[in-house]
Amino acid sequence: MIKAVLVLNTQGKPRLAKFYEFRPVEKQQELIRNVFSVLCSRAENVSNFVDAESIYGQDARLVYKHFATLYFVFIFDSSENELAMLDLIQVFVETLDKCFRNVCELDVVYNYSKMHSILDEIIIGGQVLETSSTEVIKAIEELSRLEAASNSINLVPKSVSGWRAR
Amino acid sequence: MNPFSSGTRLRDMIRAIRACKTAAEERAVVRKECAAIRAAIDENDRDYRHRNLSKLMFIHMLGYPTHFGQMECLKLIASPGFPEKRIGYLALMLLLDERQEVLMLVTNSLKQDLNHTNQYIVGLALCALGNICSAEMARDLAPEVERLLQFRDPNVRKKAALCAIRIIKKVPDLAENFINSAAALLREKHHGVLITGVQLCTELCKVSAEALEYFRMKCTESVVRSLKDLVNSPYAPEYDIAGITDPFLHIRLLKLLRVLGEGNADASDLMNDILAQVATKTESNKVAGNAILYESVQTIMSVEDSGGLRVLAINILGRFLSNSDNNIRYVALNMLMKAVTADAQAVQRHRATILECVKDSDASIQKKALELVYVLVNESNVKPLTKELIDYLEVSDQEFRADLTAKICSIVSEFSPEKIWYIDQMLKVLSEAGNFVKDEVWHALIVVITNAYDLHGYTVRALYRTLQTSAEQESLVRVAVWCIGEYGDILVKNVGMLDIEEPIVVTESDAVDILEMVIKQHTSDLTTKAMALIALLKLSSRFPSCSESIRNIITQYKGNLVLELQQRSIEFNKVLANHQNISSALVERMPVLDEATFIGRKAGSMLGTASTPRGPSVNIPNGVAKPSVAPLVDLLDLSSDDVPAPSPSGGDLLQDLLGVDLPPASQQLGSGQAPKSGTDVLLDLLSVGSPSVPPMSPSALSLSSTTDILSSSMNNKTPTSPLDDLTSLSLSAGAAPMMDLLDGLTSSPPTENNGLVYPSITAFESSSLRVTFNFSKETGKPQTTIIQAAFTNLTSNIYTDFIFQAAVPKFLQLHLDPASGHALPASGDGSITQTLRVTNTQHGKKNLIMRMRIAYKVNGKDTLEEGQINNFPRELGG
Repeated sequence: MIKAVLVLNTQGKPRLAKFYEFRPVEKQQELIRNVFSVLCSRAENVSNFVDAESIYGQDARLVYKHFATLYFVFIFDSSENELAMLDLIQVFVETLDKCFRNVCELDVVYNYSKMHSILDEIIIGGQVLETSSTEVIKAIEELSRLEAASNSINLVPKSVSGWRAR
Repeated sequence: MNPFSSGTRLRDMIRAIRACKTAAEERAVVRKECAAIRAAIDENDRDYRHRNLSKLMFIHMLGYPTHFGQMECLKLIASPGFPEKRIGYLALMLLLDERQEVLMLVTNSLKQDLNHTNQYIVGLALCALGNICSAEMARDLAPEVERLLQFRDPNVRKKAALCAIRIIKKVPDLAENFINSAAALLREKHHGVLITGVQLCTELCKVSAEALEYFRMKCTESVVRSLKDLVNSPYAPEYDIAGITDPFLHIRLLKLLRVLGEGNADASDLMNDILAQVATKTESNKVAGNAILYESVQTIMSVEDSGGLRVLAINILGRFLSNSDNNIRYVALNMLMKAVTADAQAVQRHRATILECVKDSDASIQKKALELVYVLVNESNVKPLTKELIDYLEVSDQEFRADLTAKICSIVSEFSPEKIWYIDQMLKVLSEAGNFVKDEVWHALIVVITNAYDLHGYTVRALYRTLQTSAEQESLVRVAVWCIGEYGDILVKNVGMLDIEEPIVVTESDAVDILEMVIKQHTSDLTTKAMALIALLKLSSRFPSCSESIRNIITQYKGNLVLELQQRSIEFNKVLANHQNISSALVERMPVLDEATFIGRKAGSMLGTASTPRGPSVNIPNGVAKPSVAPLVDLLDLSSDDVPAPSPSGGDLLQDLLGVDLPPASQQLGSGQAPKSGTDVLLDLLSVGSPSVPPMSPSALSLSSTTDILSSSMNNKTPTSPLDDLTSLSLSAGAAPMMDLLDGLTSSPPTENNGLVYPSITAFESSSLRVTFNFSKETGKPQTTIIQAAFTNLTSNIYTDFIFQAAVPKFLQLHLDPASGHALPASGDGSITQTLRVTNTQHGKKNLIMRMRIAYKVNGKDTLEEGQINNFPRELGG
């Protein structure tokens, strides 16, 4: 089971944090800090796996990938295949890349809810839902289409009612 | 959007937060935003609920409290529009958790949305449920999810499958409801649905034995067939990762096979062929292919044994080890670690490659590989492996050295086939990485050296040689200093030359010079310098010709700022100046350190007890002078007419030694805990780092004694010792013969029964412990009773740090010999014995009586038992 998905920038600021096991907010922040302190001290040419037991508790492993200014981090337990998790990060990043046309940190920051929607099409409840970025993008496009359609219907009456209320 | 409304757009808020230079600025921005959002919530503002929650999600990620937005999520979810619902569900998953009662309120909305006509809204609801479902929700919504497993749209089916996983994890009882629909998912053609379906089946097997049985019987073959189809399937671009078709599906199927085959020979048989096919046919030049291979190895290692496959699997791992990708090497080492227990032989074959990984440039791989090597060492390969590791030690990184050194030391001490090899290897490690060697390791080395009689010469010469090249390695220096002090004469005379040695000429002054070099070297720390002083003292009697120069060196430290060195310098100087006649006896060679005791002591000190009569192991190599008995008498200024050669009457002798001119109360000194406390003080005095205790030391003697009277009587003694500056030395000297004498006693049968047989008694019995006493007397000494105490453990837990203490009234004198051990095996499976000697000064008038206290540890917990013994047999002459 995947326990958490984190996207951090190289300054340690969280850009996306999703926990599939309950953690209080303070613990989440502490964890993000700990993960970052491990990652930023790792050399370039080393493996992408970190033993995360000291960070996340028993049986936790961590896989990360470093792209430009962002670290993509998956934390999971021993029932998952480490190499497959590495591939899954790849799927996630490829999907973002296609959705945002060359994804960069700013896209991630300003499209926070879209990031979550994309992630939700890949992982649900710590289990892998879809591994084909084409399928994920199809689903996301459907969502955007629906969103746009309902916005165009809803916006006018809503703003009118808003006017009236004031 | 409403241009007049307060509050900023989401984008502006993010921009403002990003523009913050300090954490305080960021807090201020967030506080302002949160205030605005709270105000909007209070006004029940509908238009901006959507945007406010988007903001809250972002604020939540930054770690600020957002609980006030929870109800807003529920309101958004309940609204009809799709965008509202989408943000509502997203925020629900982030801001709420399954433990909050608010969550119960959402069940109804979820139920409605799961039955919604819009399949995307159904998808949103399933996603939320899959992420935050609680046990109650699971019970309420399981039927909906079960129905959705047959929904026409595959996207909904796959989400429903993952929801089902969450539900059965929360409520395993619901598993049986899903068995049939999950089995149906295995026949799916859609990759996404098949992946989630396989996952659902795997999880079902984990939570329910019934499901496992069902899938094993009905589905093993179809899973094998799916995997076969997949392996042989034509290229499918959309699921392709690096040229491999759907590696995730491969992995999920292999994992399900693992669950089905584990512990079941029939199911394992069915999958052997396909496992072999996956393991041999998958391309291994890409991560995706290796992920499949890795998974197939895991499956092969867990399903029922078929020898050929396991060898194949371990060979795959062996190939991984030489892969250029760090990740592949890392997982291979991880997996080999697990495989060692299953098939150590097959793993051994890859030893050479694993050893190469110890030298990897990636620190985490080095660490893993070293752990694996450590597991692989055995008697037959210890020599080549150690050689490789020590060779690597020379070029390894500083950070890795500590780890590597510790592992080498423990390999060497555990598997060394012979002492000379052990000593050789340890010297190599010490000279390469002596600063990383832990104290107990070089202490152990010294114990081994003292026990290797025929290697004393060889060792001290080797150390002398190494010291000249590696003088910066602290622990090497210490071992060398100790050995030169002890075996300096052997070094100079070239005693016990082995054939393999190169001849070496060391003069007496060379040996002294090298010690002088050590003591003056600025890198040497206090312990080393203190040890060097003792070594010099020892050499002074070994090399009479150098004694003057040695005295000069020692004298230089009499003004040293470090008290320990100053004290040693002054005391040793006194010994050399005023007691030339006894100094040779005083600095005799250390008695051989007992290896078994040392190991026991090491184990004991690890348990970390304060009350045990074992000194910290630091003390052993300090090179204590072993004074003979005669000088002791001199030192204490006692009449030396009766030369107390080791005699059977140990207790009396102790009195002679320590209490001759003292007031009667001090007779107690010879009794009670004298030997134990003596040992303690001896060790305390010599342990270098500990605060020195000289003027106070007599009271220290009483530290571990039970009877309080002892301490008072001992304090009286201080003024009677005329050599004030020698107090500590005399005491340590005084303590040493106590031990020696007692050792002598225990080794030679001390008593002869005078023919009378006394009945044994059970002196003490509780639910956990029994103490029996056997009695005997020496011929011609009716007043002295020798008691053999035997302790038996009546529980099923082993007792450690076992200490027996006893106290007697004044008319009795009690003397305890050291106990036979400090650990008491469980269930009466062996016992500890200890000899007590009680002398009754009112023999014939008063009966024996004794109080006892027994302290020990059960499972690390201190336990204390006390009792009074007054059932001594009358025949003892009480």
